[in-house]
Amino acid sequence: MATQHSRTAARLMLAPAVILLLGWMLVPLTMTLLFSFKQYLPMRGGDLGWVGFDNYIRFVGSSAFWPSVVTTLVIVGSVLVITIVLGVLLALLLDQPMWGQGVVRILVIAPFFVMPTVSALVWKNMFMDPVNGLFAHLWKFFGATPISWLSEASMTSIIMIVSWQWLPFATLILLTAIQSLDSEQLEAAEMDGAPPLSRFGHIILPHLGRAIAIVVLIQTIFLLGVFAEIFVTTQGSFGTRTLTYLIFQRVLESQNVGLGSAGGVYAIILANILAIFLMRIVGKNLDR
Amino acid sequence: MARAVTPRRKAVNTALAWAVGLLIFFPILWTILTSFKTEATAIADPPVWLFFDWTLENYAVVQERSDYSRFLWNSIIIAGGSTLLGLIIAIPAAWSMAFVPSRFTKDILLWMLSTKMLPAVGVLYPIYLIFIQFGLLDTRIGLTVVIMFINLPIIVWMLYTYFKEIPGEILEAARMDGATLREEILYVLTPMAIPGIASTVLLNVILAWNEAFWTLNLTAAKAAPLTAFIASYSSPEGLFYAKLSAASTMAIAPILILGWFSQKQLVRGLTFGAVK
Amino acid sequence: MGRIVLEQVTKSFGEVTVIPPLDLTIEDGEFTVFVGPSGCGKSTLLRLIAGLEDVSSGRIAIDGTEATALSPSKRRLAMVFQSYALYPHMTVRKNIAFPLRMAGMDKAEQERRVTQAASVLNLTDYLERRPGQLSGGQRQRVAIGRAIVREPSAFLFDEPLSNLDAALRVGMRLEISELHKRLATTMIYVTHDQVEAMTMADKIVVLRAGHIEQVGSPLDLYHNPRNVFVAGFIGSPTMNLITGPEAAKHNARTIGVRPEHITVSATEGPWSGTVAVSEHLGSDTFFHVHGTGLADSITVRAGGEVGFRHGDRIHLTPRADVIHRFDDKGLRIA
Repeated sequence: MATQHSRTAARLMLAPAVILLLGWMLVPLTMTLLFSFKQYLPMRGGDLGWVGFDNYIRFVGSSAFWPSVVTTLVIVGSVLVITIVLGVLLALLLDQPMWGQGVVRILVIAPFFVMPTVSALVWKNMFMDPVNGLFAHLWKFFGATPISWLSEASMTSIIMIVSWQWLPFATLILLTAIQSLDSEQLEAAEMDGAPPLSRFGHIILPHLGRAIAIVVLIQTIFLLGVFAEIFVTTQGSFGTRTLTYLIFQRVLESQNVGLGSAGGVYAIILANILAIFLMRIVGKNLDR
Repeated sequence: MARAVTPRRKAVNTALAWAVGLLIFFPILWTILTSFKTEATAIADPPVWLFFDWTLENYAVVQERSDYSRFLWNSIIIAGGSTLLGLIIAIPAAWSMAFVPSRFTKDILLWMLSTKMLPAVGVLYPIYLIFIQFGLLDTRIGLTVVIMFINLPIIVWMLYTYFKEIPGEILEAARMDGATLREEILYVLTPMAIPGIASTVLLNVILAWNEAFWTLNLTAAKAAPLTAFIASYSSPEGLFYAKLSAASTMAIAPILILGWFSQKQLVRGLTFGAVK
Repeated sequence: MGRIVLEQVTKSFGEVTVIPPLDLTIEDGEFTVFVGPSGCGKSTLLRLIAGLEDVSSGRIAIDGTEATALSPSKRRLAMVFQSYALYPHMTVRKNIAFPLRMAGMDKAEQERRVTQAASVLNLTDYLERRPGQLSGGQRQRVAIGRAIVREPSAFLFDEPLSNLDAALRVGMRLEISELHKRLATTMIYVTHDQVEAMTMADKIVVLRAGHIEQVGSPLDLYHNPRNVFVAGFIGSPTMNLITGPEAAKHNARTIGVRPEHITVSATEGPWSGTVAVSEHLGSDTFFHVHGTGLADSITVRAGGEVGFRHGDRIHLTPRADVIHRFDDKGLRIA
């Protein structure tokens, strides 16, 4: 629905965004791919030539690989479960009539806006510190021995911190979805004599299906890349080394670029598998 | 949903919701409170809640010791600059896809979304290398560009969904009225899309402000924004709760306020229009 | 000034041809209406003239100058859209002044023209409001105001009244007709409503599937429809089209009789049937007659109040001098 003139203009105006993003994607990606087939140690001799799939095999074969995959999956999985279950409950609660709804919403959403380094530090020091943290005070108040959270319950701690950051996101999206539910549907079900629990199971939950799927996918993509929270707290020790953190260590700390790049390629493949599912959902939405 | 409920039910809802809300908000509240305490009060056991000698000393110390304003300035430049740059590139692109769609539009949009999913760590070293090559390491311009790229897909998508809601006839009317393409975008489309553009800007500033992978890995001292400034407190010698709290409060306050204004748009932006 | 000539103009979207080769001349000062059922290509044709779409082939000349490749802004045409397409962020004054501002006209002259247009259109009291605060009719007037201030060589209207309620529509119809009389500028008006076409047009262009079925004055189309399609489209209620033995009696494939050209009687007439529905408007009475053996239903219009009711037996007599005859191809037999 336009003239040749405006179509030409449209292409010209789209071009910068496409070209720049294409460059942003292809140049580093190609480099990563190249490095992954090389023995490349910037501090110890630099580019030492092609090694085929060695890096890929070594990365998977290293004793750190499988634990890091497990750690990643545990963090992603736990945070997803926690944020979605609590998110649905919270969204249902916030959807109820109450006084000061706006303020409560603001309180609930706030953690999402806290930068990851701040939330990690605040939790690490002011809550989880075994001597001066609030949890320690609380434990002592009840006569228990304070826990050294980040070393004794490192995974639980990380999962807590990350869940706290992402719960608002899940809640907000689920709340938006609940509010878009046609209230006549619920009223009709109420008229038909459906008790609250079956109203939830038969009407609300199916309606939330798509929103939940989107929360799962978007959070997964972000959670796979969780970095600052670990960087500031455990530095990957005490079993909290995720795949992202492992690659980061290989590349920047031990300066083994070839090996790190092979790990990067694995991470990219993993993310792409998830991305395909997300794009299906979003793509469907585009047709409407 | 204006369903009738009994006052008692409403009171229960209110109490429950406020309790949960305050619980979730508590770490932030506690941080803000602690920032006004002395270091001794900050670690007192049992904890002191509201009745202590409020002091602004921590803020003064933080500012003096680590030159907080320089980090703040870096954050502002990087978040603002990347947003502005992104808008300049994204507005024409979104106009193009919203009003002159071709059969590739949908694919281009989805492809843009897919670049957002590229795990940062997968391309860390190449970017690092390119930064060294071009002398961009620890520069504001380098970080601004990287963060612009990370958020560009979100900016394009958000603007696209907002532009889609503007009837094409109005732009055609402008064309009939003798407006050039530039005038059409400047005088008609942009003013009409101001609410959408504002939300886009807001969300983008928030995301850029809080970005903590590239800012930690690509800056050292000169260009480090607040994320890196706070991270420097993780070393043991920085363990002063009151000062940490003051620094944290200063780092999150601006964005917390912006965020509260943009909560509705946040949903749309972060789900790429899939949930509105 | 506003003579518009289309020569062998075609338009296709990909594989789909919307307008097959089409020739049309619109004379200066003429009020031309494009009418046809939805999807007939009338809006596309208007957008081709406006320059909002490219022609696939052929050429368009406006005021004797080649305009085929000109951008919309250079064609000196003004358009009123179906949705009015007002700029919601501008006041009425700024809306009307927008084309003048784009033309770089000086402020004083802009002001003078806006004031004049506003007084003509009764908008003076609303100049500082925004479109959102106006009624449908007022918005329509603002859209027209925005068109007239430029003193274009022709006005294009794309179904401008379809968003108004029935009463307002009649009023606006008169206003637009009056405007045309006063300005004497070429106007092209697209509608699917044949009543609008009949009441406003100097010249009607009946379109179907991108083809021009007939061009002519309203009465020309009414009295001499060139084919069955035009016969059935123009006139309200629509013409009764009868095929079969009754048509054969007149040496035609199809014959057409307008409802107003049939007289009714309780006792005599060549055709007879039962009244299925009778509509009593006071000024006229309409009968929908079934069981005549000619067509499913024959519509009859009788002047004044005529007392037949549902179920009554009724006899019909067509006026012999105004029976339209059409051949096998649906074309008029002279």
